Amino acid sequence: MADLDRRILITRSAQAVDAADVPRLPPAGFQQAVADAFTAGARLVAWFGQPVPATQGKALLTAVLANDRDGTLGLVSTIAGDAIPSLAVEYPAVERFERLLLEQHGVVPSGHPWPKPVRFERGMAGQPPFFEVEGEAVHEVAVGPVHAGIIEPGHFRFQCHGEHVFHLEISLGYQHRGVQRLLDGGPSRRTMALVESIAGDTAVGHALASARAQEALAGATPPPRAAALRAVALELERLANHVGDLGALAGDVAFLPTASQCGALRAEFLNALAEICGNRFGRGLVIPGGVRFDLPDDAAARLAGRVQDAWERVELSAGLFFRSPSVRDRTDGTGTVTRETAASLGLVGPAARASGLDVDSRRSHPFPPYDTRPVPQVLGEDGDVHARAWVRFEEARHSALFVVSVLSTLPPGPLLVEPGPLSPSRIAVSLVECWRGELCHAVTTGEDGRFARYEVVDPSFHDWMGLQLAMRGGQISDFPLCNKSFDLSYCGHDL
Amino acid sequence: MKGILRTRLRLGHQTIAWPDGPARFPERFRGRPAIHPERCSAGCRECEEVCPTEAIALPAPGRVALDTGACVFCGRCEEACADGGIVFTRDFRLSARTRGELTVTGHAPTLAAALDAKTKRLFGRSLKLRQVSAGGCNGCEAELNAAGNVQFDLSRFGIQFVASPRHADGLVVTGPVTENMRAALVETWQATPAPKLLIAVGACALSGGVFAGSPVCRDGVEGVIPEAAVDLYIPGCPPHPVTVLDGLLRLLGRIEGDDLRLEATGIVEPRGGGPR
Repeated sequence: MADLDRRILITRSAQAVDAADVPRLPPAGFQQAVADAFTAGARLVAWFGQPVPATQGKALLTAVLANDRDGTLGLVSTIAGDAIPSLAVEYPAVERFERLLLEQHGVVPSGHPWPKPVRFERGMAGQPPFFEVEGEAVHEVAVGPVHAGIIEPGHFRFQCHGEHVFHLEISLGYQHRGVQRLLDGGPSRRTMALVESIAGDTAVGHALASARAQEALAGATPPPRAAALRAVALELERLANHVGDLGALAGDVAFLPTASQCGALRAEFLNALAEICGNRFGRGLVIPGGVRFDLPDDAAARLAGRVQDAWERVELSAGLFFRSPSVRDRTDGTGTVTRETAASLGLVGPAARASGLDVDSRRSHPFPPYDTRPVPQVLGEDGDVHARAWVRFEEARHSALFVVSVLSTLPPGPLLVEPGPLSPSRIAVSLVECWRGELCHAVTTGEDGRFARYEVVDPSFHDWMGLQLAMRGGQISDFPLCNKSFDLSYCGHDL
Repeated sequence: MKGILRTRLRLGHQTIAWPDGPARFPERFRGRPAIHPERCSAGCRECEEVCPTEAIALPAPGRVALDTGACVFCGRCEEACADGGIVFTRDFRLSARTRGELTVTGHAPTLAAALDAKTKRLFGRSLKLRQVSAGGCNGCEAELNAAGNVQFDLSRFGIQFVASPRHADGLVVTGPVTENMRAALVETWQATPAPKLLIAVGACALSGGVFAGSPVCRDGVEGVIPEAAVDLYIPGCPPHPVTVLDGLLRLLGRIEGDDLRLEATGIVEPRGGGPR
């Protein structure tokens, strides 16, 4: 294991390396290197295939691993043939990635307990059966893809005994729009609008991850003022979503004061984004090289005041939620994910931190201005609905402080550097901690300097299994509450 | 209980003044694009070339035609146009009853016409809608949800999103309609009792938006459901909740005329440099 760094290429987030320098090991050596990296404490960030000539095999498989202690990333690859021994049983974090590789490239993960497609990229006809629990009094509940509220589509299949849930299988893919194929051959005039639509509630996060990957490939560094405004936007996006979800969680337990107040207060943060760039979701703000919109200092001060005032009102309203015994009765001990489960599934974001897992790429893989303005650690313990709500509330508090502070001290200077063309045959992996967790854009250029393989890993891809396991042994009536406490993205998963 | 009342008093009335009073929009908000063909330089195609969704066409030199059904309101064309030929106004009213009306060639507002008298009598005071996301990015879904919160409060007009198509007077569709969602969308439409309305929301549902041309999507809801025609198009990426409300209220004949009630927030000034 000592020679792990010779078997894996060590790089950093948003740092381009020659694609040819990524070690290409035989499949057994690749699996061993990934297993050794896990043993050494690494996390799986991405795992994706690229087509290769049929004479060589099925796909060039690249794994991206994160070492959070050193702030480094490791890249390793192999040529996968018809089958590759599955690591899923030993390392459940790989589970969904192996299924995707089977779906996209036909590489069978031998020994995978449930090798079912995850996105149904080739359509839903002939869908394999769902997992079934057998027994006289066991019944099945099927929900979706069209749900009761204004929600994205997904299918939920519960195996129940009365209210008790034995097992939940979540089947997605309804939102598959072919994003990666549309990105291929870029960058183009459509690229940024497209990445902002991967998940519209995370438009800033995805735009930032993409811009930073493209800047790395072009050798460009955005000016400090742009970096500061980007971080303000990313934290406003976090605030809007966390505050909105606190309201929605309150709605799910019928605690109406916080439900209606936070539902409306969320708009303050969306409107702050619109003040900067004209769009409530921050669309059009981030571009490779910097940002498109400036904020004069006096306007920045007025906006900081608005954010400060809005946050004070959120604190009042959310405080009612956290102090209410009737709320605590529903949220405490509901939908628990233990620290061990969270770690083995490779969960990210508030879902991981609520279980006590210290993963936050703003802290472990920081970029300006997070490198000089570290965000405090927020960790829960219990891994239940309450912990997820509390972690999000505390994170939102730090985001509000961060936004006010950065807006009050915006560095002077330009907003944009001309990024220039991308260098050919390189790969850059860009991590951004969006409100749901770690977002990864792994971009490989071809010999022509265009995108040859654009891999996106939305935090939801890591976290959906967490929701499935959170429901085990719980009550089916708690599902909406558990679901909202994770609030995962369907379209981010399906791409 | 005392805490709840104190907080309620501190937060006050949260519902917006519009439509009785003005709607407040940031200075930089990009609403209806206004085209000024008289300002166009002959032979210039800058606006067309920067548009991410091919929403702009120049059928003749200097004659810009902008399809708000495909527009994502990014403002790139306005930025690229040195002559001020395209200006995004803050007019939030964007909806139309026919697809053709969405092509803008001048600076007159597009205002959706009301339903015929009989349908209006049926739905005018109570409209229950079922939403189907068919590949939406959750942007339009988020704004539709917001339209129902206490701030925009569409229920004060008798409009409500309901849980079942069986309870609905119409469907609101978002997203370009993915192949994987097509069957579920058609079945949801069939499960909705007639008479019923079909409302398309957002650039994706109107034209495919940024996903236009994807091999695994349709280019919007038009033509996906056999024998169903779109009754109301609400453009945007995503449309602002007030844009959604304006479209629905005009459809029901609850708002008429061209009185634009708009007010600035006064926090951030208009973007410097470019012409407005």
